[in-house]
Amino acid sequence: MNNALNRVLANQYARRLMWPVLVLLVLIAVNIAVTGFDFIWPHVSDGRLSGAFVNILRRSAPLLLIALGMTLVIATKGIDLSVGAVYAIGAAIACQTIIDGTDQSAAGLIFRAVAIALVATAVIGAWNGTMVAYFGIQPIVATLILMIAGRGIAQLVTGGQIPKVQDSSPFTELGRGEILTVPVPIWIAAAVFAALVLLTRRTALGMLLEAVGGNPEASRLAGIRSKGITVLVYLVCGLCAGLAGLIGAANLGSADANNGGLWIELDAILAVVIGGTSLLGGRFYLLGTAIGVVIIGTLGDTIINIGLSDQWQFTVKAIVVFIVALLQSPEFRAWVFKPFKRRPAAPAAAPAEEVLAK
Amino acid sequence: MSTQTLTERPARSTLFDGMTRYIPIGATVALLLALYFGGVANYRNFDKPQVIANLFIDNAPLLVIAVGMTFVILSGGIDLSVGSVMAFSTMTCAWLTVEAGLSAPLVVALVLVFGTGWGLLIGAVIHYFNVQPFIATLVGLFLFRGLTLQISTSDMSMREVKFFQWGMTHVEVGGGIRQGGFWLPYLSFAAIAVVAVAFVVLHYTRFGRGVYAVGGNEQSALLMGLPVARTKIGVYVVSGFCASLAGVLAAFATKSADPLRHVGAELDAIAAVVIGGTLLTGGAGFVLGTLAGVMVWGLLNTLIQFQGNLSSWWARIVMGVLLLAFILLQRGLARSGEKRRT
Repeated sequence: MNNALNRVLANQYARRLMWPVLVLLVLIAVNIAVTGFDFIWPHVSDGRLSGAFVNILRRSAPLLLIALGMTLVIATKGIDLSVGAVYAIGAAIACQTIIDGTDQSAAGLIFRAVAIALVATAVIGAWNGTMVAYFGIQPIVATLILMIAGRGIAQLVTGGQIPKVQDSSPFTELGRGEILTVPVPIWIAAAVFAALVLLTRRTALGMLLEAVGGNPEASRLAGIRSKGITVLVYLVCGLCAGLAGLIGAANLGSADANNGGLWIELDAILAVVIGGTSLLGGRFYLLGTAIGVVIIGTLGDTIINIGLSDQWQFTVKAIVVFIVALLQSPEFRAWVFKPFKRRPAAPAAAPAEEVLAK
Repeated sequence: MSTQTLTERPARSTLFDGMTRYIPIGATVALLLALYFGGVANYRNFDKPQVIANLFIDNAPLLVIAVGMTFVILSGGIDLSVGSVMAFSTMTCAWLTVEAGLSAPLVVALVLVFGTGWGLLIGAVIHYFNVQPFIATLVGLFLFRGLTLQISTSDMSMREVKFFQWGMTHVEVGGGIRQGGFWLPYLSFAAIAVVAVAFVVLHYTRFGRGVYAVGGNEQSALLMGLPVARTKIGVYVVSGFCASLAGVLAAFATKSADPLRHVGAELDAIAAVVIGGTLLTGGAGFVLGTLAGVMVWGLLNTLIQFQGNLSSWWARIVMGVLLLAFILLQRGLARSGEKRRT
């Protein structure tokens, strides 16, 4: 009995993940066909892992962090549009704190900069959550405020300049360094991913999240503190966005308030949707989101590898969004697959009844 | 008890009943006046009529997309694609006239038809396939930005095309600037005409009433026998047309096409609509409120220009704060409305 239940559960997840995994495999296959087996096979040079696919993972780390936070928010029937702006704010605070210090290599300063940035972004996230949970404002509206004002705040922090951190500062290691030959961003993203999976799947938190997303009122009546959970989820999302901003800023060595993390919220939502999480809330799939992020990252390289210009990025992404949105629509599936559907089983039921009657 | 349940109205329809529905727009107008007279009191030359005329010149494209956005938001949807459609329209105007050598009036007509057709397509996808407006219009945001960049990655000038001189041809009122009058180009008149037409359509036609009804409660509208499909698709058609028209106006205004212009224009439009007193959940609001919202945005930028030592990003921060204030105001009104009923 228990075994059968497990199999059903596994099947459901497998079915959800089948399409994203298939798409990812096709993309990788196309890349291998064009650029050879080196694409997927990493090699160690200068004491660090490198190769096209490792680079994709490294560059996708900020998007993965944001998409993970976004998955949790979407699971509660919300959406967070402000993550791109929060990314810029996190990056701006960290870089500005560091260049305001006297010695840009001092460990204490860097630690302080990272801490201030993370606390600030967590507060911003909690603010979004409070607006949604306690003021009862629609998530899309509540987070729109910071989406509009956030980049202004980031520019306020940097004074309209683009703060550049010295290349010698250990802060840049967050984006460029490596531990045990694996790039640091991949470590950070993997750690956050593991932590969130453990938190949501090994404790009751995941179930509570899905309950809140499924029906906030019912879950409140069932004794779940849905408001607290909502605030927590937005807080985590803000924190993830801030962390992503730190990695992005460390990688570039600077924080651009206008263009840092531009449209990353849309990419993150896209990754979540590709990963099989419905925008209507309820069930969520962190692993699916991770695969969605890798798909988006690989897509960019694929476009270049098969010889299209960089400008195709947006167009291809638009086509992907369109296809995913249509495939997720039951009405569309019903419309397309109608000619292929077998006749409904209703006429077949009648003879069976006759048999019984005899 | 049963009579009470019968007379009790759903919470949604208590929003902005009676005079309460004029409070948000009243607040916007008061804000507008405060900004204006604050400017007049603090800066020299702020009282010149040209300052107001400039609002209609600089913000003409924004005004047009905000009007289209008002229709969409009133119906309970959202259109994220307007900024990209606008940039694409400007770029197509430049490309087809300069590179392909087509006649300019034909190109403008083509662009407008294309924008309308795009709205029709995306509206149909949203309605018939039940795709969320947010995601469906996101496609447009990516697609048209991508197509614009594929046409050209750099500025394209239309200075050579005579037709595009038309937009900035201006009318002088009150004897020109020197005698205390002002001038207004044709493109501003086009934008004002769009507002006027939208006002009439929204308040005095069947389609307009339908937009409010669908935004208020789609299920009820359907049960009342209103043409929900036509209305829901119609608002995206209006928005698509407005976005492409705004692109054409931008072509008139600058006579050049920059593939990265109007990034985030959809956000400015949404902010202007909300500050103009339209409820983001749909069903309540005025197109004239949107006009006021756009003017607030324009006045903020003008004030920053007059101040001289402030950066333009202050306008965005203030806009965010205003947005917050208006959303909380709407929320408070809705809550007090619910309390009064029960």
